[in-house]
Amino acid sequence: MQLTNRSKQVSNKEMTLAEKMYLPAVISGLGITIRHLFRKKVTIQYPEVKKYLGPIYRGHHVLKRDEQGRERCTACGLCAVACPAEAISMVAAERKKGEEKLYREEKYAAVYEINMLRCIFCGLCEEACPKQAVYLRHDRMVPVFQERDQVIYGKDRLVEKMDDRYVRAANSEVKATPTEPSLTRAAT
Amino acid sequence: MDLTVLIVRGIIILVLFVITLVIAAYSTYGERKVAAFLQDRLGPNRAGPWGLMQPLADAGKMFFKEDFIPSQASKWLFILGPCLAMLTALMSSAVIPFGDSIRFAWNNINYDVTLQGTEINIGVLYIFGVVSLGVYGVMVGGWASNNKFSLLGAIRAASQNISYEIALGLSIIAILMMTGSLSLRAIVNEQASFFEWNVFTQPLGFVIFLTCAFAECNRTPFDLPECETELVGGYHTEYSSMKLGFYLFAEYINMFVSSAFISTLYFGGFHYPFMNEVGAALETSLGAVTGHNLATAIQFVIFFGKIFFFIFFFMWVRWTLPRFRYDQLMNLGWKMFIPLAILNVIVTGAGLLFNIKYASWLIAIVMIVLAATSMSRAPKREIVPQQS
Ligand code: SF4
Ligand code: SF4
Repeated sequence: MQLTNRSKQVSNKEMTLAEKMYLPAVISGLGITIRHLFRKKVTIQYPEVKKYLGPIYRGHHVLKRDEQGRERCTACGLCAVACPAEAISMVAAERKKGEEKLYREEKYAAVYEINMLRCIFCGLCEEACPKQAVYLRHDRMVPVFQERDQVIYGKDRLVEKMDDRYVRAANSEVKATPTEPSLTRAAT
Repeated sequence: MDLTVLIVRGIIILVLFVITLVIAAYSTYGERKVAAFLQDRLGPNRAGPWGLMQPLADAGKMFFKEDFIPSQASKWLFILGPCLAMLTALMSSAVIPFGDSIRFAWNNINYDVTLQGTEINIGVLYIFGVVSLGVYGVMVGGWASNNKFSLLGAIRAASQNISYEIALGLSIIAILMMTGSLSLRAIVNEQASFFEWNVFTQPLGFVIFLTCAFAECNRTPFDLPECETELVGGYHTEYSSMKLGFYLFAEYINMFVSSAFISTLYFGGFHYPFMNEVGAALETSLGAVTGHNLATAIQFVIFFGKIFFFIFFFMWVRWTLPRFRYDQLMNLGWKMFIPLAILNVIVTGAGLLFNIKYASWLIAIVMIVLAATSMSRAPKREIVPQQS
């Protein structure tokens, strides 16, 4: 099967004298490499310059709120079941009277934790969620952690802040680069 | 007075020593930069501005690595190997003339001290002797490691050096015949005018010498003794820490020395066009001592320019050509270079009989014509996409 038309037939024919001298080929090869010396370099100097990785980059998790600011998650546990790394755990609770402003459904996650050391950023939790509650942001990375007690992210770090809503559209105009929040924004 | 000359000479040797080490250290940095630029990358740029502290960081890393000696290795030879490599590499730059001379006045008498480790009338022989000792470093190290890969690397290094040293020696016999001396200074002074640089009178000898120099330095495309794809690390598989550092460092020193040697033999050494006019002008305008020293300084800089170009060339070739196969290497050495070098000697000798300096162009032209005809007569190869 032919996949590309770049393959070349290998031939084992006798080399001509010019080829046996190697020099013409050597010189043309040197010409090729010296041209690359003056080419524009493709390197992106990573920590200083960051590349836009596209709207489908899977970064920091976020637990969405709806338009009225209510948490969407209903603690159904489907994300935890879907998670191949078993990184998600939660404790469900029933919504009390007067909490309708806070939680969209009658049942909500009182505790929702993701172990970032286990998470492989596969995005299956996002796919599994029937309530569009959990997303992996394309514009922010999970920051580097040094201590083990920093790796479990609770609701305080996962639930979306009202002044920092996350939108993702395909072909998003938000050409945000995934950045570590600690580097770019004052901790909110 | 002799003491002063001795002291000045000592200072020169010390300075050359330091320069050699610094250049070798920064060649490692240069190598990585050149490699990166030839591959559209940026290369090391984290340690210091533009990564200039990289050699220091490397050396620090080397020092802090575990210095390991395999239990079955022959201990003293194992240590001796890198020492030998380093020693011979450092010794060979002693006879290369880096410039005309430094002049200083003493009791109103001008003394000239040549800018050279030492001037001996068998300089070429000395370099050859020392350089061929260099392979013992590789051989001893490879043998002492008690490892098959190392041993194979060492054997390759030895056989490669034997076969290429002959062609190397023969290729410069033509130069020696033209100069009539083994002294490097005499060879340099012979090339005073631009068109008498040996690269113009001896084009074939130059190509042979250059190729053999690559083989002698174990540089790509002839780096078979340490080829990673076949022999893990070749002769230095078992080495770690600073002993490995010595081997790598010796390679770069060798590269520097061969570049200096090539510039001396074929590119007029410290000579540049209109050197004598510039020197005379400087001496009349600035006085015999300052003017002379300034002229020497210019020569020094020019010479290092040539050396740096060749170091760059070594790297340029390394990142262009793949490694030769072992039989290709041997065929090239024995079946191409040695006969060609002998032919070169004969033709140059015949030319000298009739006072023609450019006789060796004859071979070059014949070869070019032959190559061109063979190329035009060769059947055109069609490139057909592979079907499978
Ligand atoms: S991204 Fe994958 S691994 Fe991470 S929490 Fe979601 S499902 Fe689990
Ligand atoms: S995030 Fe979605 S899938 Fe996970 S528990 Fe909440 S509603 Fe269910």
